[in-house]
Amino acid sequence: MSDAVLQVEGLHKAFGGVQAVADVSFAITAGEMLALIGPNGAGKSTCFNMLNGQLVPDAGIVRLAGRDIVGLRPRAVWRLGVGRTFQITATFVSLSVRENVQMALYSHASRLRSLFRRFGAAFRAEADALLAQVGMLDQAERPCGVLAYGDLKRVELAMALANEPRLLLMDEPTAGMAPKERVALMELTAGLARKRNIAVLFTEHDMDVVFSQADRIIVLDRGELIAGGTPAEVRANAAVRAVYLGSTH
Amino acid sequence: MTFASIIIQLLNGLAAASSLFLVSAGLSLIFGVTRIVNFAHGSLYMLGLYGAYSLIEALGRTPLGFWSAVVVASLLVGVTGILIEVLVLRRIYRAPELFQLLATFAVVLVIKDIALFVWGAEDLVGPRAPGLSMAVEILGKRIPAYDLLLIAIGPVVLGVMWLLLTRTRWGALVRAATQDREMVGALGVDQAKLFTSVLFVGSVLAGLGGALQIPREPANLDLDLAVIADAFVITVVGGLGSIGGAFLAAVIIGVAKAFCIGIGTVTWFGFEVSFSKLTLVVEFLIMALVLVARPYGLLGKPQAVQRIAADPAPPLTAPSWTMALVWVALLVGVPLVADRYVTILLTDIVCFALFAVSLHFIMGPAGMVSFGHAAYFGLGAYAAGLLFKRAGLPMEAALLLAPLCAGAFAVVYGWFCVRLSGVYLAMLTLAFAQISWSIVFQWDSLTGGSNGVFGIWPSAWLADKTTYYYLALACCGTGIALLWRVLFSPFGFVLRAGRDSPLRAEAIGIDLRGFQWAAFVLVGALAGLAGAVYAFSKGSISPSTISIGQSTDGLIMVLLGGVETLTGPVVGTAIYTWLRDAVARHTEFWRAVMGGVILLIVLLFPQGLVGGLKVLFLRWREQRA
Repeated sequence: MSDAVLQVEGLHKAFGGVQAVADVSFAITAGEMLALIGPNGAGKSTCFNMLNGQLVPDAGIVRLAGRDIVGLRPRAVWRLGVGRTFQITATFVSLSVRENVQMALYSHASRLRSLFRRFGAAFRAEADALLAQVGMLDQAERPCGVLAYGDLKRVELAMALANEPRLLLMDEPTAGMAPKERVALMELTAGLARKRNIAVLFTEHDMDVVFSQADRIIVLDRGELIAGGTPAEVRANAAVRAVYLGSTH
Repeated sequence: MTFASIIIQLLNGLAAASSLFLVSAGLSLIFGVTRIVNFAHGSLYMLGLYGAYSLIEALGRTPLGFWSAVVVASLLVGVTGILIEVLVLRRIYRAPELFQLLATFAVVLVIKDIALFVWGAEDLVGPRAPGLSMAVEILGKRIPAYDLLLIAIGPVVLGVMWLLLTRTRWGALVRAATQDREMVGALGVDQAKLFTSVLFVGSVLAGLGGALQIPREPANLDLDLAVIADAFVITVVGGLGSIGGAFLAAVIIGVAKAFCIGIGTVTWFGFEVSFSKLTLVVEFLIMALVLVARPYGLLGKPQAVQRIAADPAPPLTAPSWTMALVWVALLVGVPLVADRYVTILLTDIVCFALFAVSLHFIMGPAGMVSFGHAAYFGLGAYAAGLLFKRAGLPMEAALLLAPLCAGAFAVVYGWFCVRLSGVYLAMLTLAFAQISWSIVFQWDSLTGGSNGVFGIWPSAWLADKTTYYYLALACCGTGIALLWRVLFSPFGFVLRAGRDSPLRAEAIGIDLRGFQWAAFVLVGALAGLAGAVYAFSKGSISPSTISIGQSTDGLIMVLLGGVETLTGPVVGTAIYTWLRDAVARHTEFWRAVMGGVILLIVLLFPQGLVGGLKVLFLRWREQRA
């Protein structure tokens, strides 16, 4: 697949004697929503952290738009156009919502090294445009430290988009949110991804969200990929049913 | 060196290691459970030493008298620990960590003056241990029998601690709390009792460490900060919260020091290398090396994540131009109405204000607490003094070059420091300050050693005290304005963002360490400027400008005013400097008064003076609305 935004081949990672991820390969194309699912401890987070530079794989290739990114630090991966949201939100809690997004915009433009210009002056309109897209413009002045959890996830999304990413990595984007909010956030993400032609890889425990929003699903169990395909195909897959429902069924 | 002398040095080192281990084990235990960096721990050691001295005098110099004195002194120090916990610490466990630190500084001040009041300022030399005053011959060299006993006491206490921690319910609770304090609270354990008991045990260990030194070391009032520096180094090298690590580190450092003394001066390739001069520095060099290689110490683990995140720092508000102009006008006007004395005091305040603001910049918004900020202040003062006196530069040139010299040191020190965070970072800054202090203290031919250098006076056109005050005001005022301005620039915002979430900063492409390193250099240079201005105002430089005392003064100034506001550190500086001066004129015991005032403020205004007044003001406005 030459048009793949992200191509993963033969990813391996072991911690001590435990094989956390074994021979995982997949690819994702522009504008596609790909869900990575699996039971707890299947290796989803390990997989994720090898894609964004937080962990170095023992073996395997991770290509972003054809370029090998294994061994790059997270900040270098971000510079190549990868935006992220965290399982447990990580925002700058003492800064306002707008300032959080401005920070990402400043970094994207490599203009943070200025000592005397006032921070608030630049990228204000751009930040507000992004906040409008995720529905957070009315809270732009509030410090992130006082926001509700679902709103923080939206701020993270806006920060990820500030990078004009070609790939979004979202680790459990709806964890800790109310069911209604979950679908809303992923619908929003899917809409933005299609409009801007961004590839989205996300892990998720809420199967309603997964089966309604993902274009394709891959299933991880004990570090290995056991299935992949459209929601309908995965739903019908015997191996997946065994993992989720138990082998006796 | 012969084999025999190697063995002798080894034994010397192990004997010294025992007391170091006892103090550090106590410190480590207390930190592990309460997460409080107890600066007063060295003071407890000092009390143990003084207490044992008096008790031996009272009970008689017999073996029974000596050993009962050691035990009773340790227990009394333990009781002091309980008092500290119940009267002070218990009331502020929920306060921000830095504020707990301020409270322990206050305790240091109070205990120092109690010791001064009870035992006087003279060093007190204790008796040798009755019955153990002979020497044992080992490999043809004579070793005091008491040293051999000390060597045995270290491992014995380690063993007892190990049994206590692994075989008793109390020990299980301590270990659990060290790993996860909140969980222990959630399981219904009475935390207050646990903390009190831990303070008691930790304090007994400190007191015992001190009391056992009676035959080896005279009791004196400088022990508190000297010992706390050693104990910090050992706990950090061993790993915070690890008793075994503390023992290992104490042995390594004790032996390394002993060898430095034993080796003396060696000539290598025609160069004289004086190892004995290294003794003051060697532990800090070991610490710097260990922390860079193993950021959590030899046997330490990464600090447990605290689930309840601290409240986010409130957004900073820039001081308004009108307020700034009013203040500048007032400060310019003061010498017109006040006398020479006030002008000189104001010059001090202005210098310390820049020092405190630069410290606040790095520890508040940038989130990197420094226990050794005096390094840059003192190095700036020395750079100015030495460039003027030894290099013969004009005063103006020396004043301008000094910040660059201090900044150059910050380039080196900062490179190491930004690799760490939290308490480990704070300890490393302290280590660098002590290394600087030791070098200045020992390099007699250049720095004048403990006397310093005199005759550092400003040029003729600045000789008048009022004129010099205006120069200080201009230099330091500009420095403060610069730092405040930078806080609202993209650079300043990166530092604040990095304090909030290093993970997120990295994830949006920010090289946080690079920014933090640059911040170190910036504040280092400006603290250096403050030091240079200060040196020319005093006409002399002395090692005290780099001392731990100077660093803690800076911390007190910042924390007293409040770390969460920009103007807080300036207000804190003014109050602390003025109060110290006013109280010191009336009583010898100014430290106790200052300590008492600080404790009152800590207990009444947990956000610092300016922070507390802000809260009061907001409440008042809410009530009226």
